[in-house]
Amino acid sequence: MENLISIGVNSIFVGNILLSYFLGMCSFLAVSRNLKTAAGLGVAVIFVMALTTPVNWLIYNLLLAPGALAWAGLPEINLSFLKLILFIAQIAAIVQVLEMVIDRYSPALYTGLGVYLPLITVNCAILGASLFMVERSYTFAETLVYGAGSGTGWCLAIIAMAAIQKKLRYADVPAGLQGFGQSMIVTGLIAIGFMLFAGVSI
Amino acid sequence: MNGAVAKPWAVVKRTVAYKEILKALWKANPISKQILGICSALAVTVQMQTAIVMGLALTLVVACSNLIVSLLRASIPRNIRIIVQVAVIATLVIIADELLKAFMYDVSKQLSVFVGLIITNCIVLGRTEAYAMNNPPARAFLDGLANGLGYASVLVGVAFLRELLGSGRVLGYPVIPEALYQAGYVNNGLLVLAPGAFIMIGLFVWLEHTLLERK
Repeated sequence: MENLISIGVNSIFVGNILLSYFLGMCSFLAVSRNLKTAAGLGVAVIFVMALTTPVNWLIYNLLLAPGALAWAGLPEINLSFLKLILFIAQIAAIVQVLEMVIDRYSPALYTGLGVYLPLITVNCAILGASLFMVERSYTFAETLVYGAGSGTGWCLAIIAMAAIQKKLRYADVPAGLQGFGQSMIVTGLIAIGFMLFAGVSI
Repeated sequence: MNGAVAKPWAVVKRTVAYKEILKALWKANPISKQILGICSALAVTVQMQTAIVMGLALTLVVACSNLIVSLLRASIPRNIRIIVQVAVIATLVIIADELLKAFMYDVSKQLSVFVGLIITNCIVLGRTEAYAMNNPPARAFLDGLANGLGYASVLVGVAFLRELLGSGRVLGYPVIPEALYQAGYVNNGLLVLAPGAFIMIGLFVWLEHTLLERK
């Protein structure tokens, strides 16, 4: 149990998938101009990540890992090199289904998220979480916590960024630094803030 | 004498290829101008070696996926083009990943999941979608090559500064003289950590924008 809590806290703060592993930057920079859309996308990412990471765990451990096909009588087969292509296909499928569900039940959110929902497919944070899950060989319970935690961490970071950007609209920033450069430096400062949790151990 | 040297250069300057490469390297650099593919750009820039390998792997993947998608462009149905493109890219990334594991095992361990993440690198899908779908194979290949190199150039630039200032090394060799340390010089540990990457790339882009505006 303690182990699970520590994975959860770590994936939200110190090992934040955006701020310390740099994943999901593209949509993070594109959507963080508007607080409402940022929050919407953040929630969508939590949802997709909490769903796809465990599903990918099942795919990997039941089909791809070395020796995983023992139940089918093929213990010496190792298909783990196929993980990239199967993971991304599975993520694309779940995002597609999610898009149809949101379109059907919440048209307002659908228009708000606009083009960014399909972009979740190429959000590296989602694929990244699945790959880290394999690399760190988490158990199923740990994967559940890790997926939800990473999504929450990403959501927190993008909301913080959108709020800061809103305030910065009135700041006098040097011409060359406006836009991308400024966002990167602000993100760096947020990252320093999140790193302060490094001392917290549970 | 000068004219003779300048003339072939002028011919080269007028070719499509030259313009494409210049555009991708400088005027519309995928990272600093179009803000694509920063995810991996930041993570692998602690050392120059990983940055160079990552840049080469990405260049290979973009160029080849552009070539293949461009060859297939007449037979890809409009509706499922994204899936086809992702499948082509994923296959190439798997090849690159396996090659790295076979020939450069240590570097591939350091790059860990970031080679796999080339699949979701926006540069690759962006180029196949925006360029390879509408252009002949040779031009598409060149465009991929140029964009990959544009990406690699920023990567190596940032990695150089981070490695030099963060750990006092270039390509793994110590370059800061011992006397300087004894005089009180200290490596900036922040640059090796994650926030250092954000701040460094921010400053890098600032410099580039300022230089570009002056012209």
